[in-house]
Formats: sequence, C-alpha cells, structure tokens
Amino acid sequence: MSVIVRITGLTRIFDVSKPWLNRLLERRPKAFLKAVSDVSLEIEERSVYALVGESGSGKSTIGNMVVGLLAPSEGSVEINGVDLYREKDEAKVDKVRSDIQMIFQSPYASLNPRWKVRNIIAEPVAARGGDTKGLAEKLLEQVGLSPADADKFPHEFSGGQRQRICIARALASNPKLIVCDEPTSALDVSVQAQVLNLMSDLQEDLGLTYLFITHDLTVVQHMADTVGVLYLGRLVEEAPRDELFEKPRHPYTQMLFEAAPRIDAFGREVDPPKGEIPDPINPPSGCAFHPRCPFAIDRCKTERPEMRKLGKARVACHVAEA
Amino acid sequence: MTDTLLTVDDLCVEIPTRRGILKPVDHVSLTIARGEILGVVGESGAGKSMTGNAVIGLLDPPAHISGGQIHLNGRRIDNLSRDKMRRVRGKEIGMVFQDPLTSLNPLLPIGDQLTETITEHLGVTQAEARKRAIAALEEVGIPAAKSRIDSYPHEFSGGMRQRVVIALALCAEPDLVIADEPTTALDVSVQAQIISLLKRLCRERGTGVMLVTHDMGVIAEASDRVAVMYAGRLAEIGPVRQVLTEPQHPYTAGLMGSTPGASLGRKRLNQIPGTMPGLSAVPDGCAYNPRCPRAEAKCRAEPRPPMTNGAACWFPGEVKI
Repeated sequence: MSVIVRITGLTRIFDVSKPWLNRLLERRPKAFLKAVSDVSLEIEERSVYALVGESGSGKSTIGNMVVGLLAPSEGSVEINGVDLYREKDEAKVDKVRSDIQMIFQSPYASLNPRWKVRNIIAEPVAARGGDTKGLAEKLLEQVGLSPADADKFPHEFSGGQRQRICIARALASNPKLIVCDEPTSALDVSVQAQVLNLMSDLQEDLGLTYLFITHDLTVVQHMADTVGVLYLGRLVEEAPRDELFEKPRHPYTQMLFEAAPRIDAFGREVDPPKGEIPDPINPPSGCAFHPRCPFAIDRCKTERPEMRKLGKARVACHVAEA
Repeated sequence: MTDTLLTVDDLCVEIPTRRGILKPVDHVSLTIARGEILGVVGESGAGKSMTGNAVIGLLDPPAHISGGQIHLNGRRIDNLSRDKMRRVRGKEIGMVFQDPLTSLNPLLPIGDQLTETITEHLGVTQAEARKRAIAALEEVGIPAAKSRIDSYPHEFSGGMRQRVVIALALCAEPDLVIADEPTTALDVSVQAQIISLLKRLCRERGTGVMLVTHDMGVIAEASDRVAVMYAGRLAEIGPVRQVLTEPQHPYTAGLMGSTPGASLGRKRLNQIPGTMPGLSAVPDGCAYNPRCPRAEAKCRAEPRPPMTNGAACWFPGEVKI
C-alpha cells in the first residue's frame, strides 16, 4: 500500500490577541493559540484514518489543513507527494486538489438553500468546466436517493438525506481522499447507521481513503483502520484500531476509553476522570497531559515526550510501556 | 413498584395547527420511584423532551396537555394553576437543560441565582440561603466554592456550568429532577463526571430522575429503567438491562442494532430503513409499521397495539437485534 497523505511536523498557530488599542491600554502582550502542535502522521491509500479527541484538541484544524482551507504555520501536508502549500507548479496543485473532498458536520449549513440539488452536486465538476450531464442523477442513485430528487431544494430533505446529498457532492469529482469532519454527529442513531453503512460501501466500491474526524469512540471503533488520538493539539497515540482498543498505551487514551459510556456497562460505577482540558493559550509545560495524569513523573513536567514506537503503536509518553 | 414518586397516566399533548392537530405525546404512561433513574430514549422528534416539559408544566403554547393525568407524591399536578405550578417547579421538581449557558442568567452572579431559588422555595434568610448555596456548590464539586459563588456564568467552563445548573436544580431539595440531555453538549470526560455526579446525588437524597437522552451508552450506565419512545408513543418500557439486551419491541431491537458500540465486530450496522414519520403523518395502527421487518396487516390497522409485557407490539420479542 502506498501513502496518500503525509503530514510532517504540522503546526498551526492562531493569533487570538485583543485589538491593538486594548493591548496598549491594558498593557497585555499578544496572545497565541497553538491549535495543532508538531503533528506527524501518514495515511495509507484505501484506508480509514480516524482522528479522535475532545473539543479543542485540534482535530478539525488538521482536517482543514489537509483539504487546503487553512495554511499551516509550520510543517507540511503532502498529498500524493505534492506539498499543497509549497509546490510552485499550479497545475500539480490543481490536480491534487481535485482528488480531495470534504464532508462537513452539519448537513443543514453546508448546502446552499437556494440551489437545486442538481446544481449543488454538480458544482465541484462544473467549477472546473467539466461535463455535468446526468451526473447528479447518477450520484443520487449511488447514495440511495432517487434521480428525481435532483430538481428539489435542500429543505425538502431530512437530515440523513441531506448528508447523503453532501456525500454525493463529495463524490462528484471522483476524489481519492475524503475528509469527513464529524459526518454523523448531527444525525440520529438509526440514520447514522444508514450513513455509516453507505460510507463503508462507497469506500469499498470506489477505493476511497477517508480521514475521519470524530469525538464518538463507537463510530471510530466501527469505521477506522488506524486511529490517532489528539490532546490539546498534539498527537498522543496512534495505533491500528484493534490494537488501540485492546491495549491503549497512553494514559489519556486510557482515560478517554474509561470515561466513554458503554452500552453493555449496566450501572457501571466509573471513577470519573479528574480535571478538565487546560487552557490552550497557556498549555502546561512538558507533556500537556501531566496535570491530569495519574502516572506523571518529574520528567513529564519539563520535557515534552517524543513519539516512540511501541509494538504496533506510536505513543508520546515518557512512562508508557510496550 | 415501591414508593412511587411520579405517575404519568395516559398523557397526551396536542399542538393545534392550521393543518390539523399534532400529537407530540400520545397516550404515554410511566412511573418513577423514589431514588430511581428512568431513562427516556428516542430519536429527535420522538416526544421525549415534550414529555419532560409536560411533567414540569413548561409546555410552550399552543402545545397543551389534552388528556391523562400526572401525579407527584400522590397529588395531581397537571391541572394546577400557573401560580401553584410555579411553587411546585423548583421546590418539588428540578430541571437540568441541555445547554448550561442558556439556562443560567448571564447578567447575574451564580450566587444570586442560587440564593433566589433557595429563599423563594425554602423561606430562609439571605445569609442562610448563601450558606446553603455554597454548600450546594461544594456538593457538586466546584472547587473553592466560597470564592467562585460571586462569579458570572461566563467565567466557568462548560462542565463547571453544568455543575452549577445541577446545583441550581437540587438546591431546593426537589423530589424529582428532569434532566433533558444534560451531557449532550459536553466532552466525553466531562460527561462521565456529570453522570456520576447525578447518580451519586440522587442515590444519597432519594431523588427520582427522568433522564432524557438519545445516547444509549449513557442510558445503559446511568438508568435503572428505560422508556423507549417513537413518534410520540411509548414503544417499550422496562428494566434497562432487559430492554437493551432482550428488546421486545422491534424498534428497540433496530435501535440497538444500529448503535455502533452494540454491534461490535460486524462489518455493517443493522440499519432501520426509512426515517421516523413527521408528527403530521403518523401512520395508522402501530406507528412503526412502515419500517418494521415483522409488520403485517394487523399492524397497519387500528387499533394500535396495546402495551403488553412492557412493549407496545403485536409480536413482542420476535425481532432480534
């Protein structure tokens, strides 16, 4: 298998300073938020890579940088060997960009309410001057809707159907990689099941690669081949799915799994995790997880752990063992 | 059921519209005992929040209770006047909403909001109320409650805010708490904290809880019994382990089959075809019949299936997960 996405040392910093006059009067320095900090990972072709993490962990920011909606502050994103932000050859970048598509969380906000479904779906192809005749109808059928739906408007569909339209649009330009940012979080379970099944089928039929961004561990366990766990903008653990769920090595991953409600855990008494995610503007020194970590040693407070290979997993922790 | 706290008997809620009457809650009966957590699950539009709002008397007009009775501690509360119901709300029934930011007044320190509730319902002095407010905040695990009591809601994180809302719901020591999606807006680790807090407080005080949520995992871990709602009707009700592992109603079975965590190791999820009908187009007979794999003529004809052994189905237990 070949690698389709190679992310190296990816960092994104947002300037969250107050307006300059406030800074002047209140004598405050500029404030910066490191949403993604030195993340490196590889995604293999025809696989599903899931990024999990709680809010503020930087998973959506990474997704946005992979599709090209945000420029990285440092590091690089390479798709099929082309660095989206440094490559000078426009034609090469253009070619790669048409291979990437995105599905967003809210199927209500991501469809233009004044466009017909036909135009929405054909847009990625029409924008490049391609032939769109019969395209929308074909794709609608592929995602389980009726070709006659092409002449309707988005408001005539339910949430699950809208997400199918979003998937159809993402498929229009024959992409190789689809970044799915919380694609089923806004849907009910029975509809979520339909959409997840559809996405699995399409992946197999069309040989797609998914970068799946979600906070729902059950969805991850169902869909992913490889899972990356993020905490405060840093990748703390990466492992093949079964390996990760069987033997989480990073203390944060362990805490996350322990805290997630389980459907077979009737009346389980959990010792809930302590503390909350720290302020990302002033993250803790060393390992960002050390204030909440039950195994923290002095070294964790000063030295940021590098990614280490442990068994089939990569873990950023001083204490974790294979 | 020993020591019943809340009895909802054949409750109907109607919303008159120009295009006919909608029934978001349609002949729902359930009970909650003291110290018991009843989970209410269903997909969006199933009527679970409406049921909670009807119990606490917070239906937005034109929605109104059109039939049935609600008894709390043996006293009928569905026909109380607005003023009398205002006394019941807060004192006998506490409420925790989904979004902790919109259920707190952003212009008042949380201490003011707590003491207002306490003086209003318990008739104690300001100083005493403040003392109790601090105790309530400590109980829900707010660190340094004495100094945080004069903070405004925006100074707290999401999880801390939800703790304040729980303190607010419990400060007048109600017998019943209605928690409407209390953890849906929160992260997993904070969710675990809030759920365990709710469980602990209710066990210690013997408070009954109606836990409205769409998350099967939360239901499994937190509740004693569960009620599954579909299109405004009760599909199934019973002890949580029994309902989730051996569902009698095909909808519950379908719901469990489509939950990713429950069908582990399967390549595909068991999906339920179609979607829940809108309230203006609930089919005749059993509301689930167009999506049900077991449906036959009897299911499509009135009358709808009666509740037998905890499931409103003509063929209970015949559809497996």
